Amino acid sequence: MQTDQQTRATVWPDQIFDVLKETGVTQVAYVPDAGHSKLINRCEAEKSMHTVSLTSEEEGVAMLAGSWMGGAKGVLLMQSSGVGNCINMLSMFQECRLPLLMLVTMRGVWGEFNPWQVPMGGSTAAALTGAGVIVHSAERAEDIRDTVHASALLAFQTSRPVAVLIQQRVIGFKNWSK
Amino acid sequence: MKKQSALDRRKVVAALLADRGDALVVTGLGSPTYDTYAAGDHDLNFYLWGGMGGAAMVGLGLALAQPKRRVLVITGDGEMLMGLGSLATIAVAAPKNLAIAVIDNGHYGETGMQRAHTGRGVDITGMAKAAGFKSATTIRTQAALKLWISKFHRQSGPVFGDIKVSAVAAPMALPLRDGTAIKHRFRTALLGSKALE
Repeated sequence: MQTDQQTRATVWPDQIFDVLKETGVTQVAYVPDAGHSKLINRCEAEKSMHTVSLTSEEEGVAMLAGSWMGGAKGVLLMQSSGVGNCINMLSMFQECRLPLLMLVTMRGVWGEFNPWQVPMGGSTAAALTGAGVIVHSAERAEDIRDTVHASALLAFQTSRPVAVLIQQRVIGFKNWSK
Repeated sequence: MKKQSALDRRKVVAALLADRGDALVVTGLGSPTYDTYAAGDHDLNFYLWGGMGGAAMVGLGLALAQPKRRVLVITGDGEMLMGLGSLATIAVAAPKNLAIAVIDNGHYGETGMQRAHTGRGVDITGMAKAAGFKSATTIRTQAALKLWISKFHRQSGPVFGDIKVSAVAAPMALPLRDGTAIKHRFRTALLGSKALE
C-alpha cells in the first residue's frame, strides 16, 4: 500500500502534464532530469506536443523564443545545474518581452549527496532573478499544481519569463547505494 | 590555408532572399542581421541583436510552430560555432521546413576581425553532416551559390549551407533594434490580430 506521501510523489508530474495541456503548450524542450522523467515520458506520448531533447539548456531558451514568435506556447524542463547555462540567452526574453515557462527541479539544496551540485543549487534563484526571470518555488508536492498553473498564467498572459523551482524535498533523496 | 573566397556577403544575402516568398527569416547577431536588412527590410524578419549561439534554435522553435512555412536562418560562422550543439539537436528534431545559411567570413567581424575556428580549418559543414543534417553543403563560388539557393528554399530539411564569403567589411546598414518592436511587427505580420491576444 502506498503512503500519502508516496501518492503525492507520483501524482505531481501528472498534474503538471494536465496544466501544460490546459495551457495549450505544444512544444516541450528539455535536458533530461530524473525528477522530470515521468513528465517527459507523458509529453513524449502526447500527440499534440513536440518534445525536443537539447544538448544544453540555453538551446531550449532560444527555441522557445522562436516558438512564441510563431504563435506557439512552450515549456522548458531542466534541473537547477542548467540554469547557469541559460543566462545570456534569457536577455532575449527581457528585451523582446517574450513569455517563458521554465520548470526547474532543484539539486544541491536538501539532502544532497553530490557536493558539486551545491554551488549552482544555492545560486539558482538569484541567477534567474538577476536575469529578469520571475521565480516561484514549490516546497511541497501538494503546491506544485497550483504553482505551475499560476506561473503559466503569469508567463503567457503578461509576456514574461517565469521559473518554477520544484524543491528537492518534493523530489526526494537520490539513492546512491544501488 | 584555403584561398580567400571572392563572394561578397551583401550580394550573397540579397541573392538568398531575392525570392523569399512567404518565408520567415531569423538573423544571427552582427553582420548577418545587417546584411539581411540591407537586402530589404521585411516585417517577417526576426533580427537578433543578441543571444549569440541561439539563431538556429530560434529557427527550430519557429519551424515547429509554423510547419507550413519555410523558416530561413541566416547567421554568421562565429554565431554558429557558439551553438554547435544545436546542430545535433536540430538534426534529431528533423524539421522539414528549416534551412540554415552560415555567412562564413572566417572571422569575428564585430569585434576586430579576429580569426574564428572556421578561418583556421574547422569544417562546420562536416559537423552538420555528421550530426545528421539531410543536406549540408559548403559553397565557395557564384555558380555553386546559384545551385544551392533552390535547396535553401525548397529541399526537405533540415538544410545547412556554409557560404564562404570575403572578409571585407560591408557598409553600415542598421535595422530596427528595439526587441519588443521587432517582436510585435513580426507576430502581427504572421498571426494578425492574434498577435496581441
